[in-house]
Amino acid sequence: MALPTHIRLEFVTPERAIAHDEVDELQLPGEEGAFGVLPGHAPLLAALRTGEMWYRKGGDVHYAFIDGGFAEVLPDRVSIMAQVAERAEDIDLQRAEAAKLRAENRLSRPTAADADAERTRIAMLRAIARLSVAQRSRQRHHH
Amino acid sequence: MPSLIDMRRRIRAVKSTQQITKAMKMVAASKLRRAQERVIATRPFAGQARQVLASIASRVDPAAHPLLARRAGTETGATLLIAISADRGLCGSFNTNVIKTVGSVLRENTERPISLGLVGRKSRDFLGRRGVPVRFDYVNLPKVITYAEAEAIANPAVSDFIEGKVDSVHLIYNEFKSVIAQKVVVEQLLPFVPEPVAEGQGPRTAEYLFEPSPERILDVLLQRLVVAQVLRALLESNAAFFAAQMTAMDAATRNSREMMDSLTLYMNKLRQAAITREIIEVVSGSQVS
Repeated sequence: MALPTHIRLEFVTPERAIAHDEVDELQLPGEEGAFGVLPGHAPLLAALRTGEMWYRKGGDVHYAFIDGGFAEVLPDRVSIMAQVAERAEDIDLQRAEAAKLRAENRLSRPTAADADAERTRIAMLRAIARLSVAQRSRQRHHH
Repeated sequence: MPSLIDMRRRIRAVKSTQQITKAMKMVAASKLRRAQERVIATRPFAGQARQVLASIASRVDPAAHPLLARRAGTETGATLLIAISADRGLCGSFNTNVIKTVGSVLRENTERPISLGLVGRKSRDFLGRRGVPVRFDYVNLPKVITYAEAEAIANPAVSDFIEGKVDSVHLIYNEFKSVIAQKVVVEQLLPFVPEPVAEGQGPRTAEYLFEPSPERILDVLLQRLVVAQVLRALLESNAAFFAAQMTAMDAATRNSREMMDSLTLYMNKLRQAAITREIIEVVSGSQVS
């Protein structure tokens, strides 16, 4: 069987479809570490953690933020079912900056209960991932 | 008998009411369109997740998962009813229908311990006072309903179910059928009932690698699907609300037009009568002199 040359990407959240495209390559934030997918990948079902993903179509690389979910990988097709996801250009930078600052402040005063600390830590991870996705995409536009 | 000035004032009052109902109808119509688009936007996720669920089912026994497990008490034991109404009124029988359905479920299941989850101000205000234990309420839904709201509503239901406090969870909400028809549905949320995969989209036969494990994926998948089902119910209800409001405001606009017509007719009769009387007075006055 000839290897497929492209990957059909279906990227959805419960709220809406994020992307629907033919791509050459992509990378996902797996629960056990980031992994890349090229056409012809072995069938895989992976849980995703909070982090960044990107996909490349020709010379264009698109970045997006993912907050948990899972992905189904087939040789010619990838379905991403994320809990929450945002394309780099849709990220609200100010909100993410504010969230990061808030989390930092709370972490620097470790008076809160453990459960709160854990939630703050997760909020921090989200904010950092959002900012990093947004920055990567902006760097690209400056070139 | 009302004077001509009184009649003019009443007609003006009806007219300004009509302007308001007309504006509300327009606003509801445009919001309805967006609400409908959001309901449709949830479909790809549900479709894909169901396919993945079907493919996992061949590897792990889904019945073993706590969210899918049917218990002895599923039909008869303790249950949590989540009633979804709107925060606002002026939408015909939209809220009343949900409240009535909850009432009839309560009447038909007097032996079952029932607790309520109340979403929307109208259901909280009416059903919160029935003496039935209220597990949670959730009012002031934002204009744009997101995953976060669905999660806040699904989480207490999921934890009650897993801890064995309830044996089943049901959603009661207005389903958006069409612009003129909304139907109250009672839907089982837990134990989760996977919808059958559509014809020609059967489980893929590929042998998957699982990362980390099939059990973990199934767990993540089911939790997302439960929240997605709540989200869909919230969005359906939201679309149905605007449809109901549009229909109600359209009827109100038509009624006020009818009312203005009959008031105008009555006013003209009054004016005619007054003119006739004046003419008679003038004529009889001139005959006397």
